[in-house]
Amino acid sequence: MLDIKDLYAGIDGKEILKGLTLHVGVGEVHAIMGPNGSGKSTLANVLAGRPKYEVRSGSVLFQGKDLLTLPTEERSREGVFLAMQYPVEIPGVNNIYFLKAALNAVRKHRGEEELDAMEFLQLAREKMKLVELDEAFMSRGVNEGFSGGEKKRNEIFQMAVLDPKLAILDETDSGLDIDALRIVAQGVNALRSERHSVLVITHYQRLLRYLVPDFVHVLADGRIVKSGGKELAEELEQKGYEWVEREVASSNAEEVAAAK
Amino acid sequence: MSSTIEQIASQEYKYGFVTDIEADQAPPGLNEDIIRLISAKKNEPEWMLEFRLKALRHWFTMKEPTWANVTYGPIDYQAIVYYSAPKQKKKLNSLDEVDPEMRATFAKLGISLDEQKRLSGVAVDAVFDSVSVATTFRAELAKVGIIFCSFSDAVQKHPDLVRKYLGSVVPYTDNFFATLNAAVFTDGSFCYIPKGVRCPMELSTYFRINSAGTGQFERTLIVADEGATVSYLEGCTAPMRDENQLHAAVVELVALDNASIKYSTVQNWYPGDKEGKGGIYNFVTKRGKAFKNAKLSWTQVETGSAITWKYPSCILQGDNSVGEFYSVALTNHRQQADTGTKMIHLGKNTRSTIVSKGISAGHGQQTYRGEVKIMKSAEGARNYSQCDSLLLGDKCGAHTFPYIEVRNSTAKMEHEASTSKIGEDQLFYCQQRGISAEDAVSMIVNGFCREVFKELPMEFAVEAQKLLGVSLEGSVG
Repeated sequence: MLDIKDLYAGIDGKEILKGLTLHVGVGEVHAIMGPNGSGKSTLANVLAGRPKYEVRSGSVLFQGKDLLTLPTEERSREGVFLAMQYPVEIPGVNNIYFLKAALNAVRKHRGEEELDAMEFLQLAREKMKLVELDEAFMSRGVNEGFSGGEKKRNEIFQMAVLDPKLAILDETDSGLDIDALRIVAQGVNALRSERHSVLVITHYQRLLRYLVPDFVHVLADGRIVKSGGKELAEELEQKGYEWVEREVASSNAEEVAAAK
Repeated sequence: MSSTIEQIASQEYKYGFVTDIEADQAPPGLNEDIIRLISAKKNEPEWMLEFRLKALRHWFTMKEPTWANVTYGPIDYQAIVYYSAPKQKKKLNSLDEVDPEMRATFAKLGISLDEQKRLSGVAVDAVFDSVSVATTFRAELAKVGIIFCSFSDAVQKHPDLVRKYLGSVVPYTDNFFATLNAAVFTDGSFCYIPKGVRCPMELSTYFRINSAGTGQFERTLIVADEGATVSYLEGCTAPMRDENQLHAAVVELVALDNASIKYSTVQNWYPGDKEGKGGIYNFVTKRGKAFKNAKLSWTQVETGSAITWKYPSCILQGDNSVGEFYSVALTNHRQQADTGTKMIHLGKNTRSTIVSKGISAGHGQQTYRGEVKIMKSAEGARNYSQCDSLLLGDKCGAHTFPYIEVRNSTAKMEHEASTSKIGEDQLFYCQQRGISAEDAVSMIVNGFCREVFKELPMEFAVEAQKLLGVSLEGSVG
């Protein structure tokens, strides 16, 4: 599904990802954990094609296609979805109108027929139940006046409607109470299947209790420094990121020593 | 991303064609002889000529105003042709006799002069250069006593009504451009809704400037008698020309006791090219007077013109009268707009609402200028004002000048203002969901204007949204 090789990227001339390599297979759920500033959000934004991020070298293949050469909206239409850390407000633009435009852009790209208002509404209603959103919410402006929890639930709702092949959750759990956390996990678990892959980016382990990953990776200083199963997340929770950093530092020292 | 906003904002003006039609023109220049010529051409009564001459004499004593936040080179008023009429072979007896070229022009603009096209349900007065060429549905409207005709016709057929109300809201001494208009106006629309009548269809005037070197000076007068209701639409376009053309119109609305007038404008005069060459100077005076319990509502979508100078206003004279102003103004490339409203509260418990949305893109400069005046007599008056500006890119500007004058301590005033930018974040959010940058900008801008668009009559709202999209082409930046 996703093949990242030796990726170097950054923002405003500052290099943040320094040789990141990651493989996400079809149907797998990967968690990327790491301390603040390790490059988690940079990875999410680079994959989604946010304009201010620059890629210096490396490659990203998504279903065999060179993702980095695709414009932002093409990546989305190909099936890359980013649930944002800070969803923006678009005042005056109806939630439902917005999402219908998005879905139809995606469907058109896939060569499917565009949905009319009634068909869309039916689909939207079904998916709203999943994230326990009220119908009144549909006629409000996109994220306009939403609470933090509502914004994140809206992201998951959009994801459910757009049915992406690869969903990237950028700290979707931050600022959520336990109920919202459960709802978000419920939405993502519903998407889990043999066709879908998920990349969960998080600072904490708590979301991973509801959303159990197949693989856990630790990102530090722009690289994946440790990978493992779901138990790695628990270990991190107990020992803290310093533990990994220390381990990495000592292995680096060994490498340096070996090179000498 | 600057390239995307800019691309979206720079689509070509698609109404810029010229119709090859013979015109009957006066020589350029402005003097009493020209005024007499215009008046004679139109076979006007003596009082009408007097009105014009008084205005002209007054105009010679006036100076062009310079307080607006717009810059342009000097206008040579002696170089302008003040009368240009399409040459019609003979007097028209029916709509079928309208010159096919002209009919084709309006068809190209999407204006049907065909009464069979009942679906649109809109009666149209089509004004080509300075002359009204056709008014549809006249007979139908006459059945309920509504007079809807060109101004020239009204002067001939309903002189008492015209004489009574002409200049009663915008006196001939009012301001430089209104005074000029009073002297030289050549046509426009006249509308009278009798007592208690609710106008059964939308009335509309469509203005088209065609000839080069001419100015357009039309005058619209709408009178809603006691308890009458009318909704009126106005649209305008012009060919693309390198020189600037002057458009100085006057609109007067009179809403007698319990009457209601809704006046909607979609202004799409040629805005000039990307470098600011050519385009219409749109210096317009629009004002309405509301008597007891009457309501005046101005809705405008201003996307055209090189320079817009326009303040549709309400004089809330009668007790409990209501004034509204909803505006979307867009300036792209080198366009400049200084626009807003005046709400003058005289009567008790008068209420006014102002919602102004300004969008600037490219090098566009946009000024909101509003005045709310609560006079001593206006016990319990209320005003709510909201001015929002949206900036696209970093070379445009938005300015707000609200003037508030309160002379009665029982008045309630609210004023809200905001300035925002279409952020990279908003665009990215839309694009990440598969929506193209172009659609995203149009969506964001339309969302921004929503409060105003919902005030427009249905078919106009759709048109306005499209127009906004077109005017924004190439502005994503």
